[in-house]
Amino acid sequence: MIVQLIDSLRARLQGLTYFFFGAIAAIVVWSLTVDLHHAHTWAEKVIPAFWGIFAFASAMAIIFFSRWFGKGGITTREDYYDN
Amino acid sequence: MTTSCFLHPALILIVGAIILPLVRGPFKKPYLVLIPLLTFANVLYLSTQPGTYGIVPFLDWQLVFGRVDSYSIVFAFIMALMAIIGTIYGLHVENVWHHVAAWFYVAGSLGVIYCGDYLVLFLFWEMMAFASTFLVWFNKEEGALAAGYRYILVHSFGGVVLLLGFILRYQATGDLSFVLMDENNTQLYTWLILAGLMLNAAVPPLHSWLPDAYSKATAVGAVFMCAFTTKTAVYTLIRAYAGFDILIVLGVVMAIYGIVYAIMENDIRRLLGWEIVSQVGYMVAGIGIGTALAINGACAHAFAHILYKGLLFMAAGAVIHATGKSKLTELGGLYKKMPATLLFMIVGGISVSAFPFFSGFVTKSMIIAASLSEHLLLAAFLLTLVSAGTFLVAGLRLPYLLFFSNRRGTEETYARAEDPPWNMQAAMIISSLFCVLIGTYLPFLYDMLPNTGVPYHPYSSYHISETLQILAFTALAFYFFHRKIGPEPTISLDLDWFYRRGGQAFLWLAKYPIQMADNAWGAAYRVVGLNSLMTTAKFSAWFDWHGIDGIVDGTARSVRAIGRRLSAVLQRGQIQMTIYYTVTFAAVILIAYVWL
Repeated sequence: MIVQLIDSLRARLQGLTYFFFGAIAAIVVWSLTVDLHHAHTWAEKVIPAFWGIFAFASAMAIIFFSRWFGKGGITTREDYYDN
Repeated sequence: MTTSCFLHPALILIVGAIILPLVRGPFKKPYLVLIPLLTFANVLYLSTQPGTYGIVPFLDWQLVFGRVDSYSIVFAFIMALMAIIGTIYGLHVENVWHHVAAWFYVAGSLGVIYCGDYLVLFLFWEMMAFASTFLVWFNKEEGALAAGYRYILVHSFGGVVLLLGFILRYQATGDLSFVLMDENNTQLYTWLILAGLMLNAAVPPLHSWLPDAYSKATAVGAVFMCAFTTKTAVYTLIRAYAGFDILIVLGVVMAIYGIVYAIMENDIRRLLGWEIVSQVGYMVAGIGIGTALAINGACAHAFAHILYKGLLFMAAGAVIHATGKSKLTELGGLYKKMPATLLFMIVGGISVSAFPFFSGFVTKSMIIAASLSEHLLLAAFLLTLVSAGTFLVAGLRLPYLLFFSNRRGTEETYARAEDPPWNMQAAMIISSLFCVLIGTYLPFLYDMLPNTGVPYHPYSSYHISETLQILAFTALAFYFFHRKIGPEPTISLDLDWFYRRGGQAFLWLAKYPIQMADNAWGAAYRVVGLNSLMTTAKFSAWFDWHGIDGIVDGTARSVRAIGRRLSAVLQRGQIQMTIYYTVTFAAVILIAYVWL
């Protein structure tokens, strides 16, 4: 059942992608209307979709920092500790 | 305040484990389920009877085995629950000693949770380290034996640091009680005890043992290990070091460090091990903040973490159990063969990523909220950054590379892949249900938390909107950049480099320069010393033969026999064991020094 569901979704990959972009847009629109009473800092009140921007920047920072860090000599061949 | 009706839950597991090898045939599986159930029932019973039990007078002290209060109640509950889940997951394991080791391990954890002084803590602390090492050694995979040795050595070192700390504290204050330390009056022993506890919580720079050992344990062993060692250490930090500011810094560093290494990782259980380091970072930061809400957050997050991380390790274990492979570069495209495992891994992944209605959402945010209310903005933002990273790694990268993407393994790997046996699936179903229960029915967990009077409401529209934005845009970043974090056949160097390379350097030293010096000495000895030695030897042989033989012969023979037996046990030519015995011996001498 799970396999059939996934296969049918994979067959409609284009539609699925549009659906997710639509969902992201909806989340952004909702974030503009949400009650900011619980916001912690001024940035959240001033910048629209603050947490979206923050998360995208965070994910990019983690991805590119890890790559830079790894390529800087941290990642190495698998038999490194074997004599 | 009576000791008469107190039965220590750890005792049920220990006695159960001792009897276990005698239980055969059709009784074995029911017995395996019964003992953790009884332990859990006992923990539930004790939860209704807070107080101090199990006070045993020993020399000058009153050892406390059963301190049942709001802290120990919540941790004992989750540990006993995880013992049931872990045992069900491992029901198919034929090796009875595997279950014995696992139960002793859980017993050690429960013993630490209920203890009231450092001597009892140390006893159970070492029991945990010793028993859990066998969960690594029972794995027949190449490298597991060495990883087990590294694990026990590192933990012996941590144990000795802890021992040194509380003995110095006892000398200075005459107090062995396991209570909150005073941050305004720190001594050397405060930091030694902290270092000993932090090693088990895998706080950098004392963390490298975790991904190393957990990735080499048996599939079932890793499920136990991911729950007990670090979270028991979190409990002890809450008890003794709540409010220590240094823990905020270390916790945030830990959260970031773990996620950076997790994203570079190729081995699925090492990846999850790094994820533990990252998640325990939240708890350590919460302990450092130390407010009522932050401590509640640390307890709640530890509780939720045990369940979803156990679930992730169970799903990863199912993949390894079926395929025998653990590297992302050798797996991929498994969803057709292991759909149920995929489902469980996604439940675990979205729980750790803090999706609304799953456990991480109602626990992780508590710690971030606590740091915001203390105006620790940097800590709060960095922890939120790690939330995005967590979803990236455990919610997206791991399931995508394991179950979707292209098949990178051999046809044989793919042919062997199948969903695990019923008992493993049952354990994963139980964990999944608890992940949802915690996220949807708040009183279940919140009513157990130690600090009352700090209500927390995670389901505000702002918090849901914030979370959805974080998840959606992290997914977007993954969509664009997932090729940048694809699997690569590499390992990542970490601080264990120092002791692994250090050990190899020592071996080299022993092999070449020391051996050379020994040979040179031998040659000089033969040339210079032989003549004089022969003369002495002749005399001593004559003296021995004629003078002493009759009297001493019997004694000598028995001493030689004892010596031979001792060396057969103690000197197996393995440097690790020799060091281990030496360290343990030093510890005993140290205790004796203070006692006598």
